[in-house]
Amino acid sequence: MSSPAIKVDNIGKSYIISHEGQDRYTALRDVIARKAAGVVKKSKPVLRKEEFWALKDISFDIKQGEAVGIIGRNGAGKSTLLKILSRITEPTRGRIEINGRIASLLEVGTGFHPELTGRENIFLNGAILGMSRAEIKRKFDEIVDFSGVEKFLDTPVKRYSSGMYVRLAFAVAAHLEPEILVVDEVLAVGDAEFQRKCLGKMNDVSQKEGRTVLFVSHQMDAISRLCQKVIVLNGGNIQFNGNSDEAIKIYHNKMENTSALARWDKAGYMPGNELVKLVEVAVVNEQEEIKDILDIRQAIGIRMKYMVLQDDVPFTHGLNLYNAEGVHILSSHDIDTAKNNQSGKKGEYETIAWIPANFLAEGLVSVSVAIMSYDPFLVHFHENDTVSFTVIDSMEGDSARGVYGGPFPGIVRPILKWKNKRSI
Amino acid sequence: MSFRIVIEAGKAGKNYWKDLWRYRELFYILSWRDIKVRYKQTTLGVLWAVIRPLLTMIVFTFVFGKVARLEASSNVPYSIVVFAGMLPWLFFANALLESSNSLIGNERLITKVYFPRLIIPVSSVITSFIDFLITFVLLLLMFVYYQYAPPLRILFIPLFWILAFLASFGPGLYLTAMNVKYRDFRYIIPFIVQFGIFISPVGITSEQAMKVIPEKYQWLYYLNPMAGVIDAFRWCIVQDAPNPMLGYYFYISLIVILLFVGLSIYQFRKMEKNFADLI
Repeated sequence: MSSPAIKVDNIGKSYIISHEGQDRYTALRDVIARKAAGVVKKSKPVLRKEEFWALKDISFDIKQGEAVGIIGRNGAGKSTLLKILSRITEPTRGRIEINGRIASLLEVGTGFHPELTGRENIFLNGAILGMSRAEIKRKFDEIVDFSGVEKFLDTPVKRYSSGMYVRLAFAVAAHLEPEILVVDEVLAVGDAEFQRKCLGKMNDVSQKEGRTVLFVSHQMDAISRLCQKVIVLNGGNIQFNGNSDEAIKIYHNKMENTSALARWDKAGYMPGNELVKLVEVAVVNEQEEIKDILDIRQAIGIRMKYMVLQDDVPFTHGLNLYNAEGVHILSSHDIDTAKNNQSGKKGEYETIAWIPANFLAEGLVSVSVAIMSYDPFLVHFHENDTVSFTVIDSMEGDSARGVYGGPFPGIVRPILKWKNKRSI
Repeated sequence: MSFRIVIEAGKAGKNYWKDLWRYRELFYILSWRDIKVRYKQTTLGVLWAVIRPLLTMIVFTFVFGKVARLEASSNVPYSIVVFAGMLPWLFFANALLESSNSLIGNERLITKVYFPRLIIPVSSVITSFIDFLITFVLLLLMFVYYQYAPPLRILFIPLFWILAFLASFGPGLYLTAMNVKYRDFRYIIPFIVQFGIFISPVGITSEQAMKVIPEKYQWLYYLNPMAGVIDAFRWCIVQDAPNPMLGYYFYISLIVILLFVGLSIYQFRKMEKNFADLI
């Protein structure tokens, strides 16, 4: 069992893109003139060909029973890699060794035919994914059970709601029993409850059944929940391969240009003025460890370190939180400091603002910090997008969503007290 | 660790025939899907397989038999003579049309799942083949209607079913592969089908055709693979039809059929690894 499940050795894939040698915008008159000239001179429009490497000599190993995530921006080469691993397309260079039966799920419901019934599509889809008819028959009841569409088994799937469609399709795929499972962003479809079910199933597959799972997603919370190891692809290269927390951090750095820790070089530029300068901002958990993924059930600390350059300057701290859509979640000023108007000696200081547990909704939060004086009002610095973090709900039933797994909108998610009584 | 796959640049074909065997149920499933879907989408369903040859046969009997007065060459009812040629020809035409569009019609499968691509066009030929077998029921009904007793050699017919299958499969596969890369081919196929029915011994028998063609060009007529196939079918069904296997023209068609099968499999395999990128 020591041989790796997947051994990728210097895989490269190039595509030839041809551009027609034409101006982007041409008048119809020019087109006709050129065509006419072309007829006379038998000249063809000039074709420029360009080689584009979607993957550039990538190598990695995946051990048996490992759950590995692949993340990266659009165009980073994720889909190409999966297509090569699934043998849909051939690599231009390199070699891959796969030890074990591999099944890939690049799309939910591949081959589903809208005219056929649910029952018929189970057989069709199963066969396309590589199951034998006997195998499908054996697992049929289980599949139907998992999908929860037994009432509509003999209805053409074109009459299904999109949710039912996806559930049925995933149910078939979930009952493939490969040793290696390759899954593309299939969980992006379907409602949250279904997504939770899928994630649970994939967790079972990787952790309880010890199968190897390769999982591509844009949802970092899903990645961090499912995968111990993550490969970050960037421009066809492997940017990072290792621990998932670190990989997600690198990915976010790339994406949002922030992470859970921002630090300024004391020799270089520091936000601030001749009175106060910012040294460091960090997002910490209850144990005061720097984290960019935080559980909704824990308090979240925003820790600020700064230098005071003159004695006895009165000032206070502030922060703003924004979500991924840019919604300004809240502003907060440190009113204790302001009330006492305290001031101290020169030196380095540290302050932590605690955001209570069960307060922010799931998702990415970006933080801006400031230090200001009130009288007269003066902002010493106000630094936007210093750090960011992701709040996740582990769906264990003790957060504000309880056991409900469906969409749960809102920018805050407190647990409210509900008083119930009979009124009549 | 029973399964081990090695993916290497340029060597995708290593396990091809093994994979084809492993996915053999897919031949059946995909043909079954096509038939089932047609059955559900159309009110008449499978009847369409019967109506088309029946109507074509009636028109041909009328045009060639009554208008052109070609029926004298046989003592067998002319409708049966025409029908014996019509059945394999319509199968060929259908298989060509269906298989050439099969890959493009199954684009989703090709870009999302792996299995030997050969299965898709072959399944579509199988689908047409099943229609073809259904039309034989119609032939039997015509025997009853005309109170006609076919010769005993009709028992050889399954052999020529296989030949007809191969004759349709070769060009079908070739055109399928080309159609992915050069979409113009989809305009060529209806032309082949329309034109082909007149250069094949469908409305007339090949003996009648041979009377018109100068002797030294007669072999050209049999470069059309269906010419040999249709002659063979007619020999099985029509009492006084000559045995084509006694002359050498039949073997020209046979060689063309086999060459086409070989060439098209080669061509298909060569192009197939790029299908997902091209389609």
